[in-house]
Amino acid sequence: MRRLPFLLEVGVEEIPDRMIPSALEDLRSSFERLAAEQGLADGLLVRTDATPRRLVLQVENLPERQADREEWVLGPPRSAAFQEGRPTPAAEGFARKMGVAVSDLIVRETPRGEYVACRRSIPGRPAREILSELLPGLILGIHFPKTMYWPGKGGPRFIRPIRWLVALLGDQVVPFEIAGVRTGNISRGHRLLGSASIPVTPADYAEQLRRNYVLVAADERRRKIEQDIVRLLEGTGLRLRPDPALLTTLVYLTEYPTAILGSFDAEFLTLPEEVLVTVMRHHQKYFSLEDAQGRLAPYFIAVLNTDGDPEGLVRQGHERVLRARFNDARFFWEVDQHRKLEDRVPMLAQVTYQARLGTYLDKARRMARLGRRLALLLKTDPAPVERAALLAKCDLTTEMVKEFTELQGIMGGLYARRQGEPEEVWRAIYEHYRPESMDDPIPSTLTGCLVALADKLDALQGCFRLGLVPSGSRDPFALRRAAQGVVRILVEGNLALPLRRLIARDAALVEFFEDRLRYYFREVRGFRYDEVNAVLAAGWDDLTDLESRLTALRQVRPTENFEPLAVSFKRIKNILRQAGILAASSEARAVREEILEAGPERELWQAFQRLRRQVARRRRRKQYREALEAIASLRPAVDRFFDKVLVNAPDPAIRENRLNMLSRLLQEFSSIADFSEIVTTQEEN
Amino acid sequence: MIGTQNGDGMYAFQDILMKLKQYWGERGCIVQEPYDLEVGAGTMCPETFLRVLGPEPYRVAYIQPSRRPADGRYGENPNRLYKHWQLQVILKPSPDDIQEQYLESLQAIGIDLRKHDIKFEEDNWESPTLGAWGIGWQVMLDGLEITQFTYFQQCGGLDLEVVPVELTYGMERLAAFLQNKSSVYEIEWAPGVTYGDVRLADELQFSVYNFELADIPTLWKLFDLHEGECRRLLDAWPGYPDKRRFPLLAAYDHVLKCSHLFNLLDSRGAISVTERVAVIGRVRKLAVGVAEAWLEQKRAEATA
Repeated sequence: MRRLPFLLEVGVEEIPDRMIPSALEDLRSSFERLAAEQGLADGLLVRTDATPRRLVLQVENLPERQADREEWVLGPPRSAAFQEGRPTPAAEGFARKMGVAVSDLIVRETPRGEYVACRRSIPGRPAREILSELLPGLILGIHFPKTMYWPGKGGPRFIRPIRWLVALLGDQVVPFEIAGVRTGNISRGHRLLGSASIPVTPADYAEQLRRNYVLVAADERRRKIEQDIVRLLEGTGLRLRPDPALLTTLVYLTEYPTAILGSFDAEFLTLPEEVLVTVMRHHQKYFSLEDAQGRLAPYFIAVLNTDGDPEGLVRQGHERVLRARFNDARFFWEVDQHRKLEDRVPMLAQVTYQARLGTYLDKARRMARLGRRLALLLKTDPAPVERAALLAKCDLTTEMVKEFTELQGIMGGLYARRQGEPEEVWRAIYEHYRPESMDDPIPSTLTGCLVALADKLDALQGCFRLGLVPSGSRDPFALRRAAQGVVRILVEGNLALPLRRLIARDAALVEFFEDRLRYYFREVRGFRYDEVNAVLAAGWDDLTDLESRLTALRQVRPTENFEPLAVSFKRIKNILRQAGILAASSEARAVREEILEAGPERELWQAFQRLRRQVARRRRRKQYREALEAIASLRPAVDRFFDKVLVNAPDPAIRENRLNMLSRLLQEFSSIADFSEIVTTQEEN
Repeated sequence: MIGTQNGDGMYAFQDILMKLKQYWGERGCIVQEPYDLEVGAGTMCPETFLRVLGPEPYRVAYIQPSRRPADGRYGENPNRLYKHWQLQVILKPSPDDIQEQYLESLQAIGIDLRKHDIKFEEDNWESPTLGAWGIGWQVMLDGLEITQFTYFQQCGGLDLEVVPVELTYGMERLAAFLQNKSSVYEIEWAPGVTYGDVRLADELQFSVYNFELADIPTLWKLFDLHEGECRRLLDAWPGYPDKRRFPLLAAYDHVLKCSHLFNLLDSRGAISVTERVAVIGRVRKLAVGVAEAWLEQKRAEATA
């Protein structure tokens, strides 16, 4: 089959950089789905690219048309088509309609009886026709977090107005239209450096754009920025502070990036480095530089969307803007010193936390109380935790944080340090928003961990109490991140705190945490989902204990007795369920030893009795691996029991006694992990 | 020809204003003069707030001094002002080549774009008091935000039938950039006259008033009076026989007064957190009421 190169370019006004990578993923997967549904997917090589002004999809080898197919078309029933072996007008009509001779009709057996049928070949449709029909929907279906309409109400919605469309299959335009824009073969170059009208073909597209100052591949722009920086820093003794997220932002903010080196007055270095770096990174999108000793240097790298700055005009502009920003920051830094953090506590009454959760003063007091409680549970001094918790939010009233909100917490820590708070306190304030992402470290001190926990748990408990629960992609209070932070601090900080008891009043919150725990242990820590389920099903509270049990389970899992025992436990659970006995019931059911039958039944009971004490002792000492191994060693006795003994004995007393024994066994041995949750290899096959 | 470049080849502040007005005037805009009430932004003027409603095309450009009491710095901060000059441009519907037209306007005031770095960075605009929001960018010139570029989607709580584009140029920033000044007060307003000569006393005295001397009970009383008057008019609207004559524009003036008084009270630290949302809600309710009535009035005019 003939294959053709395909090019799609959606020309858009500047798309927000942060949305581009996911939009490209979406574009690619919808295209692949479309191709698969249309029988065009075989061996397809699809690549996507983007700049702020264009989303591009290219296919090297799109089949020119669908493959031809053959299908049966049913005509009239045989009884109506032939009478006395001769074709009726019904048969003749059908043959005529199908364009064949009556003698070519065939009788086919169908569930409804015998019918006259004809084989018809259906030519595959040309890809160009299919694409022209389906691409508008595909393009408008690309998911963006917030879309707009541009000609008027009721019109199509997209991230920003679509201004041109290129759609070429081979050298032919795939015709369609979106919001009055028709497809063609005309692309546009860089807004200021290139032509506004460039004829392209799938083969020369990237090259034509390059000539017009558009590097269409993100990788190429990334490389250019990196190479520019290396060249700029050569021989200066300066080093780049790598910032991959900022680099990606700049890659998607430019069509033709060029890095320049600028400087600022060294007197600003008396300001805290965090402030300078935040201004440069978040507000100006500059990379910071450091000297050979790793100290922040009074220079920066800016990335332009043009091919150079021969007269240094752009550099001067950036330097002037930065100077104004730094002057502001210095002004805030000085003004904020006029009032100490502790004198700002009452001012928190003027800052709303959440309408129904009161002000930040209320929150600070709650955090201090909760922090104290956590410290006492861990038998550590609560005083620094309370102090740090009370001061932690005070920086929200400072001019610096009002202007540079990203610095909340950090500024509080810096001001606390300057105002003579002990390191334990200022550092806890500084780090109490951590971890802000999966890669962000947890607070570095115990006090910091406890303040961070108090902050996050307060948010979670408060919001859940009010029903402000995240749903789907909506999570305005960042509660998932808060809960994930709690999990990471407890596990990675090795803090044996009774999380479940702390949140037990709210069933929805317990469930929410279980989801976070599943996510964390599976996706981040690599445990298998059934292992996590098994351990959660056995009950949870202290996460360090949960982690130990999981680790032990993972270690024991490959041993020979484990999986067969898991199968037996599942069987026990089913038997009990059928007998109407709740496996989870905590009530210990009495076993009458005197009516146990000699042989496998009594042997199982004895083995259980012997192991029970051993398992309990191991469990108390948190030697979970040894405990699980001991449980697994019960396997031969269990197997023999099920081989030889009929649980459903005719004598009701004996039957009940047997059920009670199994229930005891299950109950006793499921407190580390519920084996019945384990998906065994047998089941998977 | 408007504006003469001085010896350094730079335009004075007043020349830049005139050049931009001329530029947009040549592109079909009515060149309006500033609205004669205190507003926080050019968007609040009836020329924007009301004209973007409904299907009628409209193009207008005007300079609007915009008052933001809380941003005052007693004339001491080189970049922050209680009152700053915005050039507001509304094109309804938005032309397809609006970005190109906008960039050309920068060339018209002497910016050689080939020698500078321009970026359109995501920035969506929202005004809770006006029930208005839009999608767009802040335009960055060599790292300096010079314009807010917005496609309106909603105004007065109503989805817009035709999408207008709003361009808001920050005139002091642009002028400081063009004249290479590090303080707005050093901008040359007219030959031999600086921005500071013209406006410094203004900045100082209004900062003192807004932050220190404005009488809070009086401001609240004024707020209530304006709100009451607007309410009274809106209540009278449904029963008023000749819709065309009804003074909705006067009602809207009282909305603007309320909005400004709210800003004053806010800068005076007189609005507690719990009150804040509620007061914004009160102003918004009036704005939405006027917007809805305005559309009805327009329809009444059309069928008359």
